[in-house]
Amino acid sequence: MTSLTAKDKDTVRSFWAKVSGKAEDIGMDALARMLIVYPQTKTYFAHWKDLSPGSAPVKKHGITVMNGVGFAVEKIDDLKAGLLSLSELHAFTLRVDPANFKIISHNILVVLAIMFPNEFTPQVHVSMDKFLAALALALAEKYR
Amino acid sequence: MVEWTDFERATIQDIFSKIDYDIVGPATLARCLVVYPWCQRYFGNFGNLYNAAAISSNPMVAKHGTIILHGLDRAVKNMDDIKNTYAELSVLHSEKLHVDPDNFKLLTDCLTIVVAGQMGKGFTGEVQAAFQKFLAVVVSSLGRQYH
Repeated sequence: MTSLTAKDKDTVRSFWAKVSGKAEDIGMDALARMLIVYPQTKTYFAHWKDLSPGSAPVKKHGITVMNGVGFAVEKIDDLKAGLLSLSELHAFTLRVDPANFKIISHNILVVLAIMFPNEFTPQVHVSMDKFLAALALALAEKYR
Repeated sequence: MVEWTDFERATIQDIFSKIDYDIVGPATLARCLVVYPWCQRYFGNFGNLYNAAAISSNPMVAKHGTIILHGLDRAVKNMDDIKNTYAELSVLHSEKLHVDPDNFKLLTDCLTIVVAGQMGKGFTGEVQAAFQKFLAVVVSSLGRQYH
């Protein structure tokens, strides 16, 4: 996978500045969507009473995930170092199969397309896709 | 044999009756060529694909995007036999066009995102699930005759 160019980073930062106000809504919708469209992801949340969209645990966790994405935007110049402890969390405690990072990324992109149809141009799309892929790679760093 | 619920059938018919093919088709192919530039390998004779602006305004891309989207019509009309519906097109993509079937998923991911942008809130999780299931069946059928 290619690394992020200066242009990618600028694009991600300026797009994030536009959308970060809605980060919580984005996160909640993306997570809810993931659980519906990719039911195998529900296996990670068997401990929740309610997995329906709009339920408290889904909302709360969507916000948590999206805060992580926002955090990663700040660390965009060195994702590996910046996401070290998050990687350890996912590797040793959560043990989420990294294949799922692609799934949540796809759903984040779908929500961005819905909420920001004019801003989510093909150019923004490719930079965000690269960024989320780089994020996923950094998150998987400590797995093995 | 793929099992479709009533909701899934209705959703697919609804989406394809509502979208503007001349907007969604071109936007989808253009987005695919921008987001996954290696797909440009199949369009060597399409002229200027040097940057996102050129791709998005390229008339050959637009025309072909509409053609590809209409290619889905036969699946929409034959949801109970998509596999056989695409047998010939699968052979074409394999033997004549030499398209890596992994690329089909890239195109359908872009189509999902374009349709999501068009439908807005109407593109709920349930609608997305039905749409992606439909596209997955199409993609599988298009790859079936490769050897």
